[in-house]
Amino acid sequence: MIASLSLILLCQLAGEIAVRAFAWPVPGPVLGMLLLLVLLLLRDRAVLFAQGPLQGGGVENAARGLLAHLSLMFIPAGVGVVQKLDLLAEHGTAIVGVLAISVVITLLVTVATFLVISRVMTRGRSAS
Amino acid sequence: MSANPFSLWVYLSQQPLLWLTVTLLVYATADALSLATGRHPFANPVFHSMWIIAVFLLLTGTSYTTYFSGAQFVHFLLGPATVALAVPLYENRKVVAAAIVPMLAALVVGCATAIVSVVLLAKAFGLPNNVVLSLAPKSVTAGVAMGISESLGADASLTAVAVVLTGIMGAIIVTPMMNRMGITDYRARGFAVGLAPHGIGTARAFQVDAVAGVFAGIAMSLNALVTSLLVPLAVTLLVR
Repeated sequence: MIASLSLILLCQLAGEIAVRAFAWPVPGPVLGMLLLLVLLLLRDRAVLFAQGPLQGGGVENAARGLLAHLSLMFIPAGVGVVQKLDLLAEHGTAIVGVLAISVVITLLVTVATFLVISRVMTRGRSAS
Repeated sequence: MSANPFSLWVYLSQQPLLWLTVTLLVYATADALSLATGRHPFANPVFHSMWIIAVFLLLTGTSYTTYFSGAQFVHFLLGPATVALAVPLYENRKVVAAAIVPMLAALVVGCATAIVSVVLLAKAFGLPNNVVLSLAPKSVTAGVAMGISESLGADASLTAVAVVLTGIMGAIIVTPMMNRMGITDYRARGFAVGLAPHGIGTARAFQVDAVAGVFAGIAMSLNALVTSLLVPLAVTLLVR
C-alpha cells in the first residue's frame, strides 16, 4: 500500500520536476499519469519492471482506492466559493449562466462528435 | 475540563483536525444520502457538501484560510488521483484502442468547444477580462485548471470555483439530458461527461455505468493534457 502510494507520488514528482525543468505547458500530474502508464506497459514486456508495487495489483488497488473518492477531493476547492462572495454578488448570475450554457454545449458537441465518427467508421468497415 | 466552552472552540477552530473532520463527515453524510436516493442527479454529494460547509464557515465566521489548513490534505489528493487515472486507462487499453479515432475526434472538438464557448459567452455577458481568463480552463480537473490559471496570471481560486460549479452542473444535467435524447452508447456518454464536467462528471459516470466511468476517466485525463495546450492558444487568439 505504502509502496504503491509512493510510486504514484514518485510519478507525480517526476512529472513536476520535468515540467519545471523544461518549462513545458503541461501540468505535472498529467505527465506523471503518462509516466505511470508507460511503467505499466513496460511491466508487461520486461520482467525488470515487474517488481514492488508494479506486481500483484499493488498500484492498481491504490489507484482504484484514490479514484473511488474523486468527488470528495473537489470539496475544499468548491468551498473556496466563500472567498468569492463579493465577486459572485456582482457577476454571479452571469458566471453561473455562462458555465451552465458552456457545459451543455460541450456535452452535446462531444457526444455528437463521438457518435458521428464511430458510426462513419463502422459503416466504412462494413462497406469494405 | 475547560471552564469556558468558548475557549475550547477557539482552540479547535484553529486546528486542521476540526476542518478535516468536518469535510469528511459532511461528505460521508451527503454521499450516504445520495446512495439512499438511488444516486438521484440532484442529490449530488459534491454540491450538498460544498454549500453545507460554506454556510457553516460563514455562520461561525471562520476564514477560508483556516478551513483550508485542514481541508488541504483532501485537496492535495487531486494530484495523485490524476496520476492514478493511468490505471483505468491501462486496464481498458483494448477498448480504448478500438475507439481511438472517435475518442480523439471528440477530444479535440469537445475541448475546443469547452474553451471557446466559455470565453465567447463570458465576453458576451460582459464579464471583466480577468474573470474571462479565470473561467477559460473550467473543464479540467481542479488541480490542473488552477495550474493553467496561474500560468495565465488569472485568479486561480476563482478558477477552482468555476471548475467545481461546471462539474456539479454537468453532473446533474447529463443523465436526464442523455436519456431524453435517447443516447444509449455509454462510451460516448461517458466520454462527454469526463470531458465537460471532468472529475465530478467522472464520479457521476461511475455511478451510472462502469463503461461510462472508464471512458469518462480517459476523457478527463486526456482533456487535462489537451486543455493545458489549447487554453494559452485560445486566450491569445480570443482575449488579448
